[in-house]
Amino acid sequence: MGIRFILMVNKQGQTRLAQYYEWLTLEERRALEGEIVRKCLARNEQQCSFVEHRNYKIVYRRYASLFFLVGVDNDENELAILEFIHLLVETMDRHFGNVCELDIMFHLEKAHFMLEEMVMNGSIVETSKANILSPIQLMEKAS
Amino acid sequence: MTMHGMRGLSVFISDVRNCQNKDQERLRIDKELGNVRNRFKNEKGLTPYEKKKYVWKMLYIYMLGYDVDFGHMKAVSLISAPKYPEKQVGYIVTSCLLNENHDFLRLAINTVRNDIIGRNETFQCLALTMVGNIGGREFAESLAPDVQKLLLSSSCRPLVRKKAALCLLRLYRKNPDIVNVDGWADRMAQLLDERDLGVLTSSMSLLVALVSNNHEAYWSCLPKCVKILERLARNQDVPQEYTYYGIPSPWLQVKTMRVLQYFPTIEDPYTRRTLFEVLQRILMGTDVVKNVNKNNASHAVLFEALALVMHLDAEKEMMSQCVALLGKFIAVREPNIRYLGLENMTRMLMVTDVQEIIKRHQAQIITSLKDPDVSIRRRALDLLYGMCDVTNAKDIVEELLQYLSSADFTMREELSLKAAILAEKFAPDLSWYVDVILQLIDKAGDFISDDIWFRVVQFVTNNDDLQTYAAAKVKEYLDKPAVHETMVKVSAYILGEYSHLLARRPGCSPKEIFSLLHEKLPTVSTTTIPILLSAYAKILMHIHPPDQELQSQIWAIFNKYESCIDAEIQQRAVEYLALCQRGAPLMDILAEMPKFPERKSSLIKRAEYSEADTAEQSAIKLRSQQQTSNALVVTDQHPANGATSPISVGELSLVKVPSMITSENDTSTDLSQQNGALSNVDTQPPSADLLSDILGPLAIEGPPGATVQSEHNAISGLEGGSDAVDGSAIVPVEEQTNTVQPIGNVAERFHALCLKDSGVLYEDPYIQIGIKAEWRGHHGRLVLFLGNKNTAPVVSVQAIILTPAHLKMELSLVPDTIPPRAQVQCPLEVVNLRPSRDVAVLDFSYKFGTNMVNVKLRLPAVLNKFLQPIQVTAEEFFSQWRSLSGPPLKLQEVVRGVKPMPLPEMANLLNSFRIMICPGLDPNPNNLVASTTFYSESMRAILCLVRIETDPADRTQLRMTLASGDPTLTFELKEFIKEQLISIPTAPREAAPAPAAAQPTPQIPPNDPAAILAGLLS
Repeated sequence: MGIRFILMVNKQGQTRLAQYYEWLTLEERRALEGEIVRKCLARNEQQCSFVEHRNYKIVYRRYASLFFLVGVDNDENELAILEFIHLLVETMDRHFGNVCELDIMFHLEKAHFMLEEMVMNGSIVETSKANILSPIQLMEKAS
Repeated sequence: MTMHGMRGLSVFISDVRNCQNKDQERLRIDKELGNVRNRFKNEKGLTPYEKKKYVWKMLYIYMLGYDVDFGHMKAVSLISAPKYPEKQVGYIVTSCLLNENHDFLRLAINTVRNDIIGRNETFQCLALTMVGNIGGREFAESLAPDVQKLLLSSSCRPLVRKKAALCLLRLYRKNPDIVNVDGWADRMAQLLDERDLGVLTSSMSLLVALVSNNHEAYWSCLPKCVKILERLARNQDVPQEYTYYGIPSPWLQVKTMRVLQYFPTIEDPYTRRTLFEVLQRILMGTDVVKNVNKNNASHAVLFEALALVMHLDAEKEMMSQCVALLGKFIAVREPNIRYLGLENMTRMLMVTDVQEIIKRHQAQIITSLKDPDVSIRRRALDLLYGMCDVTNAKDIVEELLQYLSSADFTMREELSLKAAILAEKFAPDLSWYVDVILQLIDKAGDFISDDIWFRVVQFVTNNDDLQTYAAAKVKEYLDKPAVHETMVKVSAYILGEYSHLLARRPGCSPKEIFSLLHEKLPTVSTTTIPILLSAYAKILMHIHPPDQELQSQIWAIFNKYESCIDAEIQQRAVEYLALCQRGAPLMDILAEMPKFPERKSSLIKRAEYSEADTAEQSAIKLRSQQQTSNALVVTDQHPANGATSPISVGELSLVKVPSMITSENDTSTDLSQQNGALSNVDTQPPSADLLSDILGPLAIEGPPGATVQSEHNAISGLEGGSDAVDGSAIVPVEEQTNTVQPIGNVAERFHALCLKDSGVLYEDPYIQIGIKAEWRGHHGRLVLFLGNKNTAPVVSVQAIILTPAHLKMELSLVPDTIPPRAQVQCPLEVVNLRPSRDVAVLDFSYKFGTNMVNVKLRLPAVLNKFLQPIQVTAEEFFSQWRSLSGPPLKLQEVVRGVKPMPLPEMANLLNSFRIMICPGLDPNPNNLVASTTFYSESMRAILCLVRIETDPADRTQLRMTLASGDPTLTFELKEFIKEQLISIPTAPREAAPAPAAAQPTPQIPPNDPAAILAGLLS
């Protein structure tokens, strides 16, 4: 499966974006988000970026007030996912210019569009920022 | 109407954000949901823009964790919108809100298909993405050909094809048959010639899924993957856009190497060499740099390369390079690298033989067990667990114990479970194991599951020499001021069973033990009290002579709990009180607990269970399944009678093995002929009949999927049968190969073992088979001790039990190889179903040097083992004797040809078969009266009564009367006793006077009612 879900959560633990690649009920999502947010947000800078949870792993990275949490299978390459998070952030940076929590919050649809171009069905589709952003740019030109 | 233009959405999001607390948020959300619901009701006035806005609101609300139970149809209907912005929202929100089984999705399937086969590539992308994310089986069936076409189409642009690849991956997971089309693998290989790295990235994910299920079909992809990897590693023709911090797409490199890990090996020397060059370059050329992102990306590639090298089982040199790298990693400051170093070292343990090199890093790994980061501690724990073997178990387990008291709560349970498993698996001696478990309970009692203390009780119960030690040890713990309740449980159990073994030690009198336990009672919960009560009852039982004071004290406690509200406590109190008051005979019920059947540690089972993963099988797991884990090799040997043979043994149990009658010297032939008891039973030519008997069930019911091995079983079973007819229990399978001669008389050894419970069953110059047995009721537990007497290993060991129909037997795994001078123990569980004199046979074979040896040995799981002597009173005897008035329950027979012996000797003989002489019941001093109980699963305990009348003038004949509540039992036991009286096992040859005329042995198939009847009428 690879990537099971991608979450963006602020340091108060509020979800700013959630994309799941396996079906979970609302209750399951709530429980899962609660558990992993509690686990990851309690960690400090000196600790590694990987947290084992149930039968999978969270690879996470913090940017200012925002945490990016990616749930992956246990045998996924952790560092590749960690840098994939950074690629996502750089892509958003390129679009928004120094992306912040509010950009993602108020442009939820765009964040989703970008993610759609990058991940599909739990696998990475595209890693070229230009290719990722071109549909959005096309759309903006059109409107 | 721009993207930024959804003002209403922004206002709503901002409102929610400004909510002070959860209640306010709830209110605001509810208001909005009401609003959206209302607007959706009046569909007419809704512009596409509004629809889009409301659907996004729904998604936002859903994301916040609120249920949105309406409007799904709106989202789905947007998919059919003609314009891109609406369509896009429709697709995205649908794939967020619905799952693949949702009915609405089915409604959209036609629209989706039209978008996929349409000319608008942005629509194609949207549709492919949604199907890729949530498409179900129906989509797989109706869309797969279209999606395949897009993926392979040369006219299609990369932006569509990359999505088609992952869409196909989804459809393939829903229905693997969609790639069962001719030439699919070739087309997949062609796809890898693609230059566009986006298409390659997603195609590689598809390929991982395909090869993980069936690598055979995709060999042609292998060299192409190596080529792609080479292209990336050498940075040839990689567009800037795909270079990440100077590294050509690390993600594609990782995925490509992942594909390669599903191929067992790379045979083509050129491809292999190219790949190893690339890997070598990655291993050597990855430096630590300042930039975090670059560092991470290059190490992502490096770790994947390590995994691939491990998988390919590269040359020793490259492997040690890998271990050296990992050894470096586990000591660096960077926590991510440290974590991954430990993780990959653990993986390395699973796939290759580098345990010894890894052990050099043990100290560093133990340091990591105390790392401030729990993730790293976990990895260290796993690694220590994996690398543990007999040589370092003591060190590692002691470290774990030490760490236990400071470990955080989230880890304690896992930690104690692992320590317990290691202690069990690698204990140099069992007292150490007991020490470890008791320490665990002492230090982390709250985290010790019941399994752990159950297991230690099993070990103590099954090992006599451990009992005194364990009892003394738990007593020490009980003496401490604060004792965990689990400790009370285990102590109460062990002291109840075994504290009498300590009785002579200071402070260990029954009274003292009792008060030590009893002072814990007020502090424990209701689940522990029953265990304490059992312990009291047992302590009481062991006191000889009875201690009146202690007795009344304990009775008073039972009395008190007789009315306890807890049913378990109450029941025990009532029962123990009643039992104690009945006095000595019934106290047998409280006798020491029987040995536990040998079973796999439930702890290990649990650990395996918790490792179960729902994800696709990873390359590493696949590998470790194909190959025995290195960590296990130390103790677990390949079983020779592994998965297949329990089945075949089960089938073979249909074979009757009439070896009791065909004992070595044919005395029974003489006997039956001489005393004539059976002579009017039709004697059949045994060979033909037996062969059909033996062949019959095998031919018809032999396991259809039987492997070569079980075929071998069948053959040897057959030979065993026909050989048995020849009158010899031990026979070479093929005369010319079986050159090894047994040491000692095999038949005598067997007879001796019928009377006692331990001894040597078989011995030859290479091997010795010892037996130790315990019998309780209709259960038996034998342990076969297979000892290799030489300095070279004994190989191809096979042990198959030919089980007669009246027994149920289960042999534990027998190792394929017995190391030099080693002894392996193979427990054998026996359950007696019915009375029968048939005997189980061990078909044992092995190879030593060029000698292939096969012997068939009767196992002393004979009728008398299921007897328990019982003393009956005259009254009981006679009332029973009278009620069993005649055949078939009571049988009488005059036996001739008895070996002359004085009466006391005969009494001893019967006693040794657990048929207990009841002196004084028969007024005639020349008669013997005896009683016993026979245990079987079908009938439980049945009382058997025996009377033997002898003639002082002619000791070669006697009259025997046998009575029991079961006709088969009566007959079988009569025959059994007769056999014993005529052929004295210790001196068999003397016992057999030469027969005047040889007559075939009469066979009574145990289950043939006609034959039994014939026997009874005689």
